[in-house]
Amino acid sequence: MAEAPLRVLVVDDEAPARRRLRDVLDDCSEAMPIVVVGEAAGGREAIEMLQAVSADLVLTDIRMPGMDGLELARHLLKLPQPPLVIFTTAYHEHALEAFDVNAIDYLVKPVRVARLLAALQKLPRLKPLSATRLDQMPANARRFLSVTERSRVVLVPIEEVVYLKAELKYITVRTAEREHLLEESLTRLEEEFGPRFVRVHRNCLVAREFIRGFERHVSNEGDAHWEVLLREVPETIAVSRRQQFIVREIGKD
Amino acid sequence: MRPIIRQNPVPLPLPDFRNLGTILRVLLGANAAVLVAGWLREPRWERLPAEWVELAAGVEPQLLLALLVLYVAQPWLARATWSAWAVAVAAVVVATGIGAHFLLEAFNPQPSEALLRRLAFALLLAAAMAGYFRLRAKALSPAIAEARLQALQARIRPHFLFNSINAALSLIRSEPQRAETALEDMADLFRVLMRDNRELAPLADEVELCRQYLALEKLRLGDRLEVEWHVNNMPGDALVPPLVLQPLLENAVYHGIEPLSEPGVISINIFYKGGDVHAILRNPYRTDGGSHHAGNKMAVDNVRERLALHFDAEASLASRVRENVYEVHIRMPYRNPQESLLRRGPVPAAEARRG
Repeated sequence: MAEAPLRVLVVDDEAPARRRLRDVLDDCSEAMPIVVVGEAAGGREAIEMLQAVSADLVLTDIRMPGMDGLELARHLLKLPQPPLVIFTTAYHEHALEAFDVNAIDYLVKPVRVARLLAALQKLPRLKPLSATRLDQMPANARRFLSVTERSRVVLVPIEEVVYLKAELKYITVRTAEREHLLEESLTRLEEEFGPRFVRVHRNCLVAREFIRGFERHVSNEGDAHWEVLLREVPETIAVSRRQQFIVREIGKD
Repeated sequence: MRPIIRQNPVPLPLPDFRNLGTILRVLLGANAAVLVAGWLREPRWERLPAEWVELAAGVEPQLLLALLVLYVAQPWLARATWSAWAVAVAAVVVATGIGAHFLLEAFNPQPSEALLRRLAFALLLAAAMAGYFRLRAKALSPAIAEARLQALQARIRPHFLFNSINAALSLIRSEPQRAETALEDMADLFRVLMRDNRELAPLADEVELCRQYLALEKLRLGDRLEVEWHVNNMPGDALVPPLVLQPLLENAVYHGIEPLSEPGVISINIFYKGGDVHAILRNPYRTDGGSHHAGNKMAVDNVRERLALHFDAEASLASRVRENVYEVHIRMPYRNPQESLLRRGPVPAAEARRG
């Protein structure tokens, strides 16, 4: 009985690097059954491909324009059956030192046949990456937020987010078109994206570029507070008493 | 023929009063002078130590006080010119001399001439020490400049090396001839990177090197990298510091092209104008690059410092961002191998038009 071939997706922004990996995978296939299910030039393309075809393993470069390899690994976790990830890199990356060898594997380019084969053979022992492990890594801010909707991974470009609002268990991600539900912590998002968003309330971060202005509201009891007016969306967001200073700060420019 | 490089004086470094070596030298110098003075006054060997201790007791308070004041004042002194520095140090010597005089007077009365004598000797000693430090700085500074130049020799990014080898490897099975060219270009590039680059070299060589470098990058990046050359009017014989442009192009690729998903253009414009050679490099600039831009300043500073070591104020490097384009503008004096014999206009480099 033949064992099922290992299904591999190759991700690298440089075409020669993808070709080289294919060649080396081809050499490895003499020792074990391997199928290359596709090639992607970037993280976003890889996620798109994996919605249609399944893979057991993603071999991805770390440094790529748009979505880099580390961010790709995070979004892959949202897939119904997340593939294992092996990173390829031209040069030693500090980010990977944080991991012990069994939790993550990475190969330096140029990749040797023997080295790749050894990595593939120990795949069954490789534990899948967890979100917590990935969170510990010193990475750049993500370019996308990913949410799972009807077992599909939807990528929301961070520059399309109007506001992030914490509600009970979830965070509502508001874009001009619609809302998504995200399972993350608002504080972490605030740390990750820094100056892009401003905290107007304990439970809400608003993207600065979508702030249209502020409006003063007076309730029936005579209490007054400010509301943020937004571009692209009709609703307004209340500014809490503690964050009132941002009205002056942002109102200036 | 070896190119002629005019030596430009680099300002001599001032003594650093927070440096242990400087402090030790001052202490040793002053105490040696006291020993000589004691020997002049007391020719009998067995009495010399006592004489020295007696004299030193009078000198040490002022010496230590002066060193303390100079230690504190070092940040201000460091910014002075040699002459201003000398005046400041003399003032400190006089002030601490007066201070020490009255301090000692409190313990045992001093003759009134003692102050004048103290100040004269202290100033004499300070002048001798300053002279010594200046000579020492002169003796060391060419070595320092040389060492700095050597340390500044451009270094290639390891990412580039390994990615290029990887790209060449990827071609070996399918397009062996392109793989050969790639490896030849790499050999040439590394030959220049590894040789001694302290002498000026012709601009045409630097441009050729840049072409080979960009060919390697094009191999990796394909259509994502577009290069525009405007070098038809460049003086190819001009002598420039080797690797003055290549590290900046490497930056342009690393910071301008690699982070882009869509194709980007790098343009190189080199021309002669009013006795100077100008080189203007442009690449796309992304404002949301984040930490990616941190390394950029280092290469620019490196090239700027090498230009200063070779040409001093006659060369300049300016960089700016305009409408999503990052631009570096280098100006260097036009020098050619015959320059010292006969001044003449530049010769446009026909050979640099290849490719």
